[in-house]
Amino acid sequence: MTTRPDPAAPATPQSDLVERLLAGDRRALARIVTLIENRAPEARQMLARLHAHGGNAHIVGFTGSPGAGKSTLVTQLARELRRRDQRVGVIAVDPSSPFTGGAILGDRIRMQELAGDPKVFIRSMASRGSVGGLAAATRDATRALDAAGFDTIIIETVGAGQAEVEIVRAAQTVVVVVVPGMGDDIQAIKAGILEIADIFVVNKADRPGADQAAAELRMLLSLDEHRKEHAWKTPIIKTVGMTGEGASELADKLAAHLASLKKTGQLAARDGRQAQSEMVALLHQALIERISATIGTEEWRRLVAQVVERESDPYTTADELARRIGLAPEANHPAR
Amino acid sequence: MADERRIRVLVAKPGLDGHDRGAKVIARALRDGGMEVIYTGIRQTPQMIVEAAIQEDVDAILMSILSGAHMAIFPKVMELLRENGVDDVLVMAGGILPDEDIPAIEAMGVKGNFGPGTPLSAIIEYVKAHVDPQRMSQALPPLRADGPSAAEGSDQPA
Repeated sequence: MTTRPDPAAPATPQSDLVERLLAGDRRALARIVTLIENRAPEARQMLARLHAHGGNAHIVGFTGSPGAGKSTLVTQLARELRRRDQRVGVIAVDPSSPFTGGAILGDRIRMQELAGDPKVFIRSMASRGSVGGLAAATRDATRALDAAGFDTIIIETVGAGQAEVEIVRAAQTVVVVVVPGMGDDIQAIKAGILEIADIFVVNKADRPGADQAAAELRMLLSLDEHRKEHAWKTPIIKTVGMTGEGASELADKLAAHLASLKKTGQLAARDGRQAQSEMVALLHQALIERISATIGTEEWRRLVAQVVERESDPYTTADELARRIGLAPEANHPAR
Repeated sequence: MADERRIRVLVAKPGLDGHDRGAKVIARALRDGGMEVIYTGIRQTPQMIVEAAIQEDVDAILMSILSGAHMAIFPKVMELLRENGVDDVLVMAGGILPDEDIPAIEAMGVKGNFGPGTPLSAIIEYVKAHVDPQRMSQALPPLRADGPSAAEGSDQPA
């Protein structure tokens, strides 16, 4: 290590990762995301501080079947947004192996064109056992990127089938990517991810069947009574991820969707729903942690065994545990 | 919840040869060893490798190289890591690395140097044994500021 003075080094204290993140230090951002992923105790406090600095980014989710070309499309969109002088953050989620917990995170392969641009930050994330297309840490990682000043944050989900709709709880705009030739597959997934789309993309539109896929989507949308009440008319955009065709239109529609959300008050409503589900999740976690701290693993196993053996039942056991941590269903206990 | 820590490894294929079968086999093996492997594809420049390592906050970098350009690429990677104050990442290499170059490679701080025929299990064990133990603790080591100077004498815990 040399002792050459470096004027670019931030003047903030070494230990304060949050300050460094806010000052634009990408290593601090990367480290904070790691702490979030690992559920490190200090991450919570950091997130609490970061929350005050967020709320400025447009958070866009990309979902769709594996192989639909999400990563390539995300790359083209990011390039387009860079042309519009936006700072772009990307969180790309890939599945963890349920057997070993390991994962191969390969989304960067297709994002090589973005390498070397200091206003782009890409983070790969393993799902670590979460179902629903995201990792448990994805939303909090978004909070870190938001506070770090990225204008658009793109979340790319695990290649999703029908049920991976967690993205609606993390993103403000959801883009669902389909490819031509899915035929009946579009029918099959209509109940799942089709319902959550704010924008549809028919990717690989240079292939035969793109017009047909778009027409099928248009028909499905026209059948959806729920959508008719909304001011936003879900657009269907044809793109070619390999050439970037359609990326500009996609960027336009993203901006238009955000503007529509703001104008109609839907943005506040979405943010409210997201904040609510986050708080419920945190309370849930706090409760579980409190119970774990009160009774040991041994006793927990015994209680579970009693339920299995029908010596007790789940309802009585849960009530009893709630009483023991000071939650009194009968409300005639003094707290603690 | 203390078991959330996973070893994150960047598997990179620097240089101009496009043969990444070995890199893919190793990536797969490390995954099966319970690690999270960020695979970046072929033709990575040192800048791309270091930038990816920073953004992904990896514990280890494994460069697979067959082209013979290792004596040009490895010093550049190490220099860029130093410039960015990254000093807690295990840097390893594998591929075709002539015996006579190994001492120089090791001296740069590039470890492992797995030649053809190295059992995959040996690579997994090597990574597990040599990753910075402090990085594997729940709280990561304090991050040094960008640039070498600010890293001096400022190791207070985060």
